Amino acid sequence: MPNNPSDLILVDQLSKYYRVANKQPGFKGTLKHFFDRKTYDVPAVTDISFKISPGEIVGFLGANGAGKTTLLKMMCGLIHPTTGLVDVGGFSPQRRQTAFLKEITLVMGQKQQLIWDLPPMDSLYVNAAVYGLSDHEAKVRINELAEMLELGEELTRPVRKLSLGQRMKSEILAALLHKPSVLFLDEPTLGLDVNAQARVRSFLSEYNKRTGATILLTSHYMADITALCPRVICIHKGKLFYDGDLDSLANSLSPSREVKVELKNPCASEKFEKYGEIQDLNDRFVCLLVSRDKLTNVVSNLLTDFDIIDLEISDPPIDQLIGELFIKGEVN
Amino acid sequence: MQRYFKTIRLFWSTAFASQLEYQLNFLIELLAMLGTLLGSVFILSLFFTGGRQLGDWTWESALVIQGVYTFLDGLTNALLRPNLTEIVNYVREGTLDYVLLKPIDSQFWLSVKKFSFAGLPEIILGLLIVFWAAIQSGSSFSIYSLFVFIISLLIGFIILYSVWFLIAASSIWFVKTWNATEVLRALLAAGRYPISAYPVVLRFIFTLVLPVAFLTTFPAEAILGELKFNILFFGLILSSLFFIFSRLFWKFALKHYTSASS
Repeated sequence: MPNNPSDLILVDQLSKYYRVANKQPGFKGTLKHFFDRKTYDVPAVTDISFKISPGEIVGFLGANGAGKTTLLKMMCGLIHPTTGLVDVGGFSPQRRQTAFLKEITLVMGQKQQLIWDLPPMDSLYVNAAVYGLSDHEAKVRINELAEMLELGEELTRPVRKLSLGQRMKSEILAALLHKPSVLFLDEPTLGLDVNAQARVRSFLSEYNKRTGATILLTSHYMADITALCPRVICIHKGKLFYDGDLDSLANSLSPSREVKVELKNPCASEKFEKYGEIQDLNDRFVCLLVSRDKLTNVVSNLLTDFDIIDLEISDPPIDQLIGELFIKGEVN
Repeated sequence: MQRYFKTIRLFWSTAFASQLEYQLNFLIELLAMLGTLLGSVFILSLFFTGGRQLGDWTWESALVIQGVYTFLDGLTNALLRPNLTEIVNYVREGTLDYVLLKPIDSQFWLSVKKFSFAGLPEIILGLLIVFWAAIQSGSSFSIYSLFVFIISLLIGFIILYSVWFLIAASSIWFVKTWNATEVLRALLAAGRYPISAYPVVLRFIFTLVLPVAFLTTFPAEAILGELKFNILFFGLILSSLFFIFSRLFWKFALKHYTSASS
């Protein structure tokens, strides 16, 4: 792709408002709505800016309706921004020029493009023709991707007879046939079981390593994000909330660690209050939230004060943190 | 251009393969088509029993119109109905997004993606009726009249396609399968009989407002060697305008889609 090699994607003060008409209930409201329509703008994305370098894998986090999909669709050219700038590899996505379209691909977990009644192979050759690949090129490419995705005879079985996991892998194969360098993935693991999710993840990570393709993905499964994305962009109510690496997000979200203790004998809860915030206390098991600067002190005190069988220190689960984040609505 | 031809070939071979997945359904479609055809020839024959005339058309020349109608109806069943009634589903299910991100003209994709082979016998039968009836009515073919016939068929088809596509494209706003396409089929059905068989007011409307005359009557006149050159010329301009308008309207509709969808 041409232009500025350091930034593949540039998003600058991007906003998208949807115009919505407001209708009062009842017949009177309907008449009024017809003759004197009051419209107002609902912000879906407000003033978002970031840059993405080639080869990055970036995860977009946010609650439902936060504006992730709108943002993703503006970057691949399906939605026109209201104000602001999007630049992907030197192209303005909304113009959807052929050269741009050949460089990108979109996978939507809840929408499929393969022909339902036919084996994926048929759809693959249709796609190959649309992208102007020769039969030979297509064959080489399909074999290469099928091997990476561990797809074999599934490709010659009707799509309607494939499992969700096999279908998703075939969808991904169809989307990658033309060697795109930018991948937009909207919930690519939606509805898959844990194993299938893991396989899609390891494929994406390997694809990124092999081809240097840039991957932008949204997911509701935190495991996708933690396994794949060193960098995350959090969107909350249409606004950019956090942009940085996942580890520091965890740190800024929660300056505390979880300390789980297994005691030899049950103890009353009051005895633990001075060490940290009690998350859970159940017979001989205690779970405490301890701020990091006090951690070493607290642990050594615990070990001297109690008869302890086992002790474990961990980060609170990230999805729980992010859930809290979206409820609270701000980063500490 | 070559890419587009190869794409059409693959579109249609996959369409054929998917239809064969359901053999019984395919057979029933063929039977239904045959029934309709027999019915319409029978009704037409009723008009002419006892030496009556339809407008100033003889039985044989009216049969030419029936042939053209059958041909266009076949083309409708093969191409227009499967593709254009599907547009609303692309919009509703959001799979239009995939089409818009393909490096290929989206109107092209949506218009030729499918091909229903059940329409094919009607297309062939229609042509057979046209030629048989034209010979019966004493028409002497020339390369010129064949050429004019093909052009006028093309004009008729493009007009029908454009109007249908316009209506289908409006589903971007309405996102609802509405029955406007049925109106179009009725319009085409109005073309089963010679335009001059209708009262003057309808004749005027069918020529200039809803160009039914261009769909069937004019191609029939062409093969019978009776089509006036200025009508052909007018038809060429009209169909080009219709087609250009359908493209502009699609671009306009997409602008709305891409600035509103989520």
